Amino acid sequence: MDFTEDQIERYSRHILLEDVGVEGQEKIANGKVLIIGAGGLGAPVALYLAAAGVGTIGIVDGDVVDLSNLQRQVIHFTADVNKPKVLSAKEKIHLINPDVKVVVHQEFLTASNALDIIKDYDFIVDGTDNFPVKFLINDACVFAGKPFSHGGILRFEGQTMTHVPGSACYRCLFNSPPPPNAVPTCSQAGVLGAIAGMLGTIQAAEALKYLTGVGELLTNRLLVFNAKTMDFRKITTKKNENCPICGNRPVVKELVDYEQAYCELKSKH
Amino acid sequence: MKKIVVNGKTQEIEEAISVLDLIKINKVLQPEMVSVQLNQVFVNREDFKTSLVDNGDEIDFLYFMGGGSF
Repeated sequence: MDFTEDQIERYSRHILLEDVGVEGQEKIANGKVLIIGAGGLGAPVALYLAAAGVGTIGIVDGDVVDLSNLQRQVIHFTADVNKPKVLSAKEKIHLINPDVKVVVHQEFLTASNALDIIKDYDFIVDGTDNFPVKFLINDACVFAGKPFSHGGILRFEGQTMTHVPGSACYRCLFNSPPPPNAVPTCSQAGVLGAIAGMLGTIQAAEALKYLTGVGELLTNRLLVFNAKTMDFRKITTKKNENCPICGNRPVVKELVDYEQAYCELKSKH
Repeated sequence: MKKIVVNGKTQEIEEAISVLDLIKINKVLQPEMVSVQLNQVFVNREDFKTSLVDNGDEIDFLYFMGGGSF
């Protein structure tokens, strides 16, 4: 791939980095990253990956922009309220960087579409706000052998880890989804807006590290932080032999829509 | 006194203690939701009562964190 003069200038601060250089920038330009959820985490991820010149950015979200999103979902503006999030995000990505090809998936990720959606991408970013989909992303990526970044935020705290085939997966740490409403989400318990930026930019950095092969990914480690004290901690983890999907005796053999499973369970009672 | 490391911080215990009791002492919210790693090995929930934490052990409580999109 030959960069134009404008592109050389645009990406000069990457190219100057000894670890990245023109070669690394080419890898970024050839990279395909899928962002699931164009919300608090997906917004900063999309903005930084767009600015970085990631060749293809896919965005999955079936929702529209709500006024209460704007406190932290920095890719959406006031005029975007009621607009589909994927379209609002696509517009901003193109305004930042017309080089980027944006693929919009205006739907929610489900057990039936997950494998088909992720198959075209090199790296997946989990920017979702609910556990059924977090587990679905994990399971789909483990089945498809795709690397992904997990991210979660709540109140003043955040956590993130990166999975690549062979490293600890989300289920190695958290066996199965918590029952509905057992663990509050941001929409129930609130979140400091800037936390989304703190965590999302870490996820964006992981995606760029993966594409360029620079550094050590956050694999087999869970990074947790609390913005009240600004304590950051990395918990070293490893593959769990009792993991229900990648352990010695896997029991998860297909994708499950947990939300639906819960609803069906409820309606039976 | 015995010293253990809980979530990166040193804590003293008088004698070896079960994971379940340590969860109680540390007032872990929603103990049924926490993942526990003892010396970097995950402890099965059904073993919380019988797995003992002793001098020099490192234990981590991992919490669910959702958040992101909406």
